[in-house]
This record gives sequence, C-alpha cells and structure tokens, in this order.
Amino acid sequence: MTPAEIRDEILDILEDISPDEELDSLDDEKAFRDQLELDSMDFLDIVMELRKRHRVQIPEEDYGNLASMHSTVTYLEPKMKDIVKS
Amino acid sequence: MPSQALSILSSIVSLFVTGCDAVEVLAVSLLLGKYCSPSVPLTNFCLVIAPNRASELPDDQRIVITGVGLTAPNGNDWSSFREALLEKRSGVQPYEIRYFGKTLAGICDFDTNRYQKKKEVRRGTRAGSVGVYAANEAIQHSGIDWENTDRSRVGIYVGVTEHGNVETENEIYVIKGFDYDTSCWSHHHNPRTVANNPAGEIALNMGITGPHYTIGAACAAGNAGIIQGAQMLRLNECDLAIAGGTSESIHTFGIFASFNSQNALATHDDPAQASRPFDADRNGIVVAEGGCLYVLERLSDAKARDAEIHGELVGYAMNTDATDFVLPNPERQAECVHMALKKAGLEANQIDLVSTHATGTSSGDSQECKALRTVFGECTNPRINNTKSYIGHAMGAAGSLELAGNLLSFRDGVVHPTINVDELDPDCAIPGLVLNEPEEGKKIDYVLNNSFGMLGINSVVIIGRV
Repeated sequence: MTPAEIRDEILDILEDISPDEELDSLDDEKAFRDQLELDSMDFLDIVMELRKRHRVQIPEEDYGNLASMHSTVTYLEPKMKDIVKS
Repeated sequence: MPSQALSILSSIVSLFVTGCDAVEVLAVSLLLGKYCSPSVPLTNFCLVIAPNRASELPDDQRIVITGVGLTAPNGNDWSSFREALLEKRSGVQPYEIRYFGKTLAGICDFDTNRYQKKKEVRRGTRAGSVGVYAANEAIQHSGIDWENTDRSRVGIYVGVTEHGNVETENEIYVIKGFDYDTSCWSHHHNPRTVANNPAGEIALNMGITGPHYTIGAACAAGNAGIIQGAQMLRLNECDLAIAGGTSESIHTFGIFASFNSQNALATHDDPAQASRPFDADRNGIVVAEGGCLYVLERLSDAKARDAEIHGELVGYAMNTDATDFVLPNPERQAECVHMALKKAGLEANQIDLVSTHATGTSSGDSQECKALRTVFGECTNPRINNTKSYIGHAMGAAGSLELAGNLLSFRDGVVHPTINVDELDPDCAIPGLVLNEPEEGKKIDYVLNNSFGMLGINSVVIIGRV
C-alpha cells in the first residue's frame, strides 16, 4: 500500500468507529483526539481493525504512533508497504 | 370505624360485585372524600374503585406510574401499541438468523438514533438501545422537568431474561473467520456482556448517577423490574425509578435453537397466526424483542408536581416453584396470585382484567389456566386476555409490555382479545376469556399481570386505577 492508500484505509476505519463525525476536514498534522471524539476504546478499535483487515500487529508500546493521521501513516508505511490494496 | 362508615364501605364492595349505579356511587364517593383523576374520562363508569390495602398507606409509600416508554413489535409508543392491540394487528414477521435459518419473530422498528448517536449504537448492545429508547420515551411521557431533576436520585431497574448471548455469539462468529484467533475478540465484549449492560447504557445516555442494575428473572423479569423499582422508592433509595424490562433475544440464534430442540418453537405459514396461546393447535413460542420501562414515583412526589397518574401498584408477589427447570407448577403460580391479591387486600372477583403469561406452549398455557381456575374459580367479573398472541414472547420485556398493553383499558374500557384462537383448547377453557374480538364497555379498575419464567420463577403485579 502507498501512504495515500494507507490514509484511505485509516479514514475508512474511522468512518466505521466514529460514524457521527465529519471526516472531510480532518487535519493530518493535528492529533485525532483534538479533532474527533475518540477515547481509548476507539484507538483499540483502530488497532483491532488493522489486525483483522490486514493482520498488522501493533504492540502496545507503539500506540503513541497513532496520535495523528500523519504519524499513523508514517508508522504503518513499512508494515503495510507489501500489502496489496484489494 | 363508625357503623355508618362500615355500612358505606360494605355498599361499595357489593357494588363492585353486583354492578353499580353511577349516581349512587358518586354520592358514596363524595361522602368518603374520594376522587378520580380529571385526566381520566370516566363518564361511562362508576367514579370510585373498590378499596385496596395500598390506598391505606401514607402517600410516600404509595407507588404510582407516571410515565410509560416502550417499543413493541407492533408499536413504538404506548398509544400506538394500544391501537395495534385494539385493531388486532400482529407484530410477528418472517425472520432469519445465522446457523438457525428461517423462522418467525417479533421485530421492533424503533428509531435507534432518536436518543443515541450512531457511535453509541455501534458500541453498545441491542438491549441497551431498546432500553435507552424506552427510558427516554418514559421520561418524556412523564412530563417531569428532566433538566432540573436530581439524577443522583434516579434509579434504573431493568428486568432481563438473559444478557450476553447475542454478543458472545457475535464474537465467536467473528473469530471463526480468523481460525479462532482470540486476538480478534473485541475489547467491547466485556462492557457489552456485563449483566448490568442494558441499565448501564441508559445511565450513560441520560446522565443518571443513581443506582442502576438489571434484574435477571427469566421471563418474569418485566414484572420483577417494576417490583424492584417500587421497593427502592419505598426504601427511599431513589426518588424516581425507571423500571420494567428489555429484550434483545431475537438476535441470538441460541434461543431459537434451544426452543426448537425443546419442541417449543412456533411455526406457521402465516406469521401473524403463529403465536396462538389457548388455541388447540398452538405449537410453541414466537420469540420477540422489545422493551417497556415505566417512570415510577411515590404518590406524594407525583402529587407535588401535579403529574398525570396512569395507575398505582396496589399489589405484587414473587415466589418459586422449586420443582423443575422448565415445567411450570400451577400450585405455586396460584399461590403467587393469591399472595398478590392478599397484599392488595382484594378478592379475586374484584380483579377486572387478568393479563396472562401464556406463551403458546402446550403445557405452559394449560398449567397457567389450571392456576387461574384455582384462584378465580367461577368468578364472573374478571376478564382474561393474552398479549403474546400479537407480539410473541418478548422475554425480559414481556411482563412490562403486556401490562402496558392493558393499562389503557382504565381509560377506554376495552379489553383487547387473545387473537388466533380458532379452536379453544378445553384445558384452557376458563371463565372470562376474551377471545378474538375486543370486549367494550367494561369498567376496569384493577389489572392483574402474570409473568412466569424458567427455573420456576413466578411474578404477579396488580395495578389499580387512580
């Protein structure tokens, strides 16, 4: 997956777990928490969905990398670069 | 008590056994200082009701219903539910669920997003959504100034038959797709399946910080929730109780499969005719979802805010068969009804309407009728009906929903019938059955509501017109 495809995938997950939010104006540089009503269970949903959809494992000590869209894509790029977008 | 007063009381009691003259009763009621709620159009009925023991209690020990919120397979509010019953409209539909396949069920179509965000619906449970809807509807219906209500003094008491089966089945289904890798088991599973979940979701949604919990009481749970709420009000543990029952049971294949294995799951070519308590050709239960929660208050509080009162809990009882996992025990059921009558200080013939539990199984219906025959014998006053014939068996919500279906008879004087009785089972042929067509013009002062469940749990509540 390219960084753009990874971003699309994260957006798709966010639409699932936060269906009341408007995601079109998401600022990639700002923390998710500062823009969306997300709590720790929601972040676990992101981790869970990546595991289910792509078998990507994110260890607990790396959760901090999921703070913003930019940091999430940067973190996931090496883990997902060999995954072919279906 | 002066002999004149005794004589008047005696006259009143006899009037309710033998019929009454409105003018005479009005005169008697004025003598005794009794009154009827001006909101209740009682022009065709006597203006006083037979005295009950609860009416002798101080107002802060008398428990009244001031709000009703519900979703049933054939109605999403109290009045539309009543309308469906009076129009003999079934809520049973074709249904399909994983593994089990095609069957029938009572399915609700309330707007889940009326009181919950999409995210809340996704994160929570169906029972939670049913509960949130019913609780918000009940509070709105009560007319209370909710914004200025002390939420720390509100208690939530929700009866459930079971909880957690739906969510556990869902997770097993999910991890099956991952070769049973439990790392794909949702972190939402525990908060969804804790036994207090439906009540807790209501508390979260409505910002209620008083006590909340569920009452696990099999299919007696709807009544049990009401009884629990009343008891907590009497103990001053809360000032307002949201009480009743909820069910999400149609979303677990296990309940269908288990009833089917027990040869107790209804089948019929016409879904609307599948639930047929008392009929000779009944062949089992139609599983339903739904919820009905009441706002209960002490009479003193209801009066203080000039609330409209929809009925008073004048008697109740719960007991246990202690004889079988599933088979009912008519002796204990009759005993439970007797206990409720005794608590209410009423004779059997003073009950105007008996809302039966009968589920449409061969044994259950005839055993309940045996119990009712024991209690009511050849009483001429009580009318007897069944609401499951319209909606199926809403499990934890059944008792509270079926009661709600009958309470408006205080106002409209109509007894809705048990539908789908083409040939009455002789074992169920008890006096007072209202079958297939409503009975109009019946003065209803007391409704007795049966609700029984597995492991031999029995519950009865008696609601009086206020």
